[in-house]
Amino acid sequence: MIFSGTRLSAPLSEGRVRLLELGETVLVSGVIHTARDMAHARMAEASPRDLPFSISGGVVYHCGPIISNTGGRWEVVAAGPTTSTRTDSYVPSVLEKHGPRAFIGKGGLGPASLEAFAKFGCVYLSAVGGCAQLLAEAIKSVEDVFYLEEFGVPEAVWRLDVEDFPAVVTMDSKGNTLH
Amino acid sequence: MKNHMEQAIYNLIKKASASIPEDVGNALNSALDMERNRGNVPAADRIEQMIENIRLAGLKQRPLCQDTGIPNFFVELPLGTPRSPFETAAKAAVAEATANGLLRPNSVCPITGKNTGDNLGPGTPAFHWNETDNREIRVQLLLKGGGSENVGAQYSLPNTELNAERSLDGAAKCVLDAVKRAGGKGCPPYIVSVCLGGDRAGGYAAAKNNFLREIGERSTIPELANLERGLLAQINALGIGPMGLGGATTALDVFATALNRLPASYFVTVSLMCWSFRRAKICF
Repeated sequence: MIFSGTRLSAPLSEGRVRLLELGETVLVSGVIHTARDMAHARMAEASPRDLPFSISGGVVYHCGPIISNTGGRWEVVAAGPTTSTRTDSYVPSVLEKHGPRAFIGKGGLGPASLEAFAKFGCVYLSAVGGCAQLLAEAIKSVEDVFYLEEFGVPEAVWRLDVEDFPAVVTMDSKGNTLH
Repeated sequence: MKNHMEQAIYNLIKKASASIPEDVGNALNSALDMERNRGNVPAADRIEQMIENIRLAGLKQRPLCQDTGIPNFFVELPLGTPRSPFETAAKAAVAEATANGLLRPNSVCPITGKNTGDNLGPGTPAFHWNETDNREIRVQLLLKGGGSENVGAQYSLPNTELNAERSLDGAAKCVLDAVKRAGGKGCPPYIVSVCLGGDRAGGYAAAKNNFLREIGERSTIPELANLERGLLAQINALGIGPMGLGGATTALDVFATALNRLPASYFVTVSLMCWSFRRAKICF
């Protein structure tokens, strides 16, 4: 399946994400980090220097993947988006402290997050839930993993290298949302 | 060395995780045609991605969705057959399927937060036992992810907020409310299940049991079959659409069932299944 859309390369600048329009199809490339509830709780508490990774200007993917390890090499088996609502209460603090420019997920985020998007310059990108194989095709490699022992596979923070990951802008940085 | 039963259950897990039943695939194809005919381009695009995902999962024999839920085994045993051989084989097959990436490790202790890593633990996998007059063991496996499980709901009628009385009409209002609240969070288009009556636990069990039905299979009770048809039209008129971003396909079907209730109680229990409706069956 061939997708078309605006190409975005992570890390992203504030100026770039502020140009994105609601309903715009995008293809994300570069390094992204997965994070679910537990990782968001940790990021909301920690200062950037206390994190073993940086999401400044980066893309956070709400995803709890299936990842296998064969002979010490990580491989993404399935990796679609998870429901973003569970991270909603942490998103404004994560934005203020760590400065990511985009979240990828499904289901959208609430009014406080939308307001923080406008304030700090960030967008929400919707990927199609349940499309774990389609989206895994866009993941080229697993670069690193954090909190694996403590959080387990689904909740750990996985640093992934992606190419043309398809999504749609459903919350912009001007206070508009499709959710 | 795996025994015959364990191997068969492993194959069942693989089938449930990596392929969609034919009836669900057909329903998605029809929905795609309908959204295209209506000119709902974004909705059609989303369904097209779902269909492409099904193709890729089949090709790669890998999970359709990374959230493989809690494996739910619905087991029909011939009278007098002990449960333990099946249970032992199923647990071994689940652990192996998890190690091989067919199931995500989804068994987390609510006290310590620890993931057991192999999908084995109190309540996981889940077994639903039935004794029957059949001479064979019949097993159906349902994989239902957390996104759709989280948006299930139970109502106690009357409900003044919804203006819902103790009637089929009141029950329908509850179902519509549950779907509206779920919005795009549970990965629509949904397969919607509702149980009228029962106690709280029985209502949830019966609602989940409905997911063993095939798309298009109406209740044998005429009033419930009518309720199913009416609700499907009303739900699809809500405009929630595929993944909650608009469209005419919010549900692929509605399944209703009923259990007798206490005079004092009238529960309406709604369970939603995501579009990635994963079920498979085998017989021994």
